[in-house]
Amino acid sequence: MPARGYHLSKDELGADILEVAMGPHHPSTHGVFRMDLKLDGETVVDLKPIFGYLHRNHEKLAEDIPYLGCMPFTDRLDYLCGMTNNWAFALSAEQLIEIEIPERAQYIRVICAELTRLINHCLLVGFFINDLGALGTPLLYALREREKILDLFETLSGARMMVNYMRFGGVRCDLPDGWLQECERIVGRFPAFLDEYETLLKDNEIVITRSQNVGVLTQEEATNFSITGPMLRASGVNYDIRKVDKYGIYDRFDFKVPIGAHGDCYDRFMVRMLEMRESIKILKQAIADIPEGPIMGNEPRVFKPDPQETYGRIESPKGELGFYLIADGTTNPYRYKVRPPSFVNLTALRHMCIGHKVADAVIILGSIDIVLGEVDR
Amino acid sequence: MSEVNHVLVTQQFPEVEWEEKNSCFIVPSEKATEVVTWLKEHPAFRLDYLSCVSGADYLDSEVKTKEKNEDGKMEVTITQVPAKMEAVYHFFSIEKKTGPVLLKQRCMDRDNPVVQSLTPIYRGAELMEREVYDLYGIHFTDHPDLRRILMWPNFEHYPMRKDYVIPNDYDYEPTPHDEVIERARERRAQLEGGSM
Repeated sequence: MPARGYHLSKDELGADILEVAMGPHHPSTHGVFRMDLKLDGETVVDLKPIFGYLHRNHEKLAEDIPYLGCMPFTDRLDYLCGMTNNWAFALSAEQLIEIEIPERAQYIRVICAELTRLINHCLLVGFFINDLGALGTPLLYALREREKILDLFETLSGARMMVNYMRFGGVRCDLPDGWLQECERIVGRFPAFLDEYETLLKDNEIVITRSQNVGVLTQEEATNFSITGPMLRASGVNYDIRKVDKYGIYDRFDFKVPIGAHGDCYDRFMVRMLEMRESIKILKQAIADIPEGPIMGNEPRVFKPDPQETYGRIESPKGELGFYLIADGTTNPYRYKVRPPSFVNLTALRHMCIGHKVADAVIILGSIDIVLGEVDR
Repeated sequence: MSEVNHVLVTQQFPEVEWEEKNSCFIVPSEKATEVVTWLKEHPAFRLDYLSCVSGADYLDSEVKTKEKNEDGKMEVTITQVPAKMEAVYHFFSIEKKTGPVLLKQRCMDRDNPVVQSLTPIYRGAELMEREVYDLYGIHFTDHPDLRRILMWPNFEHYPMRKDYVIPNDYDYEPTPHDEVIERARERRAQLEGGSM
């Protein structure tokens, strides 16, 4: 039986072990997520992540609708990063058929994806500091910046978060007049916010003592646990799918991949801060280079790929977001599998938390960056 | 997508089959641990990162292929494809920056599918294999903690299977309120009975 509330049991030596069900309505679990903790005093002895409260069998739904019909559903996976979800699905589906993506659409995709990365990392850092106990203020600073980018998305696609913007072979609609200038203005001002934010947090003694040497993952462990994204790079592994696969047009931009040295929560936080600066670099280059032209390739009227399998993946803000598609020659996917980054990154949660205090478990979970829409699907 | 040097593997392990169409390895379950450990260590592959574990379900089906015969007429041949279940693994190499390499464990017995778990080698497989077990009912031997993960613990079916029928009326489920409502009804009846 799952623990309800709390429960006392004895370990081998007769000491009391407290079992606590933390969640599913605990504010620091970022949604409906439960951790069944076993505590010896305040130290975590065992932890079981329990989820599925938001499960809607996303993958089964997709088998009954045409390929393009799945596109709006992907927004709901990681509901903070609609654009990158769209792109990952479009990328996999485009591998099924021969389709040329116009230059302008490629640039728009990169701009949208990097803006999404800014949103996500902003929010993550805000919530991370929130979990540390600085309630409200730093998070609201982050939300303020995020709101500006969401306004951009709203003028572009009509929705702030559920964008449903990308299509197989391009994007749904062209940039409105003045959008690029507005985007350039917001991106130009972003480093000032980052400087302010970094001064506020980077050298803060409480942030340092609470997050350094907490939840350490070594290089080997991180690889073995299939960790991806900023978390993997914080552990010192140089692996960014934008650099490795060079999907889209990422080979044209000059940017660096920030790497951490210790693999603790502080490194994960700093890697994200630095990644935002690299995203700004990419955005500036993309805005300067974007050509005029069509935004849709020669998309077939009926999307009906031949029987085959494909796996497409991108570097979403949270890690590797992959779509495994099996086509059977009809208009619907035979199998549609999402490889969600935060679901897989959760595997290491137990390993990272054992031996730390309960309060640290909250920070460690915060540093993984989970979104339950994606974990539960 | 990079080329996979499949000859190296099939020479080392004659049991392993290379499927050209989907460029994947079909590995018998009893050999899976050995093959994967070898792939992880071998300098030509160094598959140190398991990206994705998925399930796939195929029912009995017929495949029609049209071919021109000697007289120049179209001839339709029908081949029977037996039902099967697959656990599909996508591997990448972080060290060599190559991939993906596909590896499939196939079971022809759909009623009782059992495959070898790779969690002892790649700890990242733990939750992904649990998900496949939960949605497809494929059992992974040597998995440390094989439980339902997305569906609730006493759910009986495997919803991603192709022959799963989506219920159009959900069974009545008792809620904690039922007891309270029942007590309230009894109390009301008692009161009404008393006053009359």
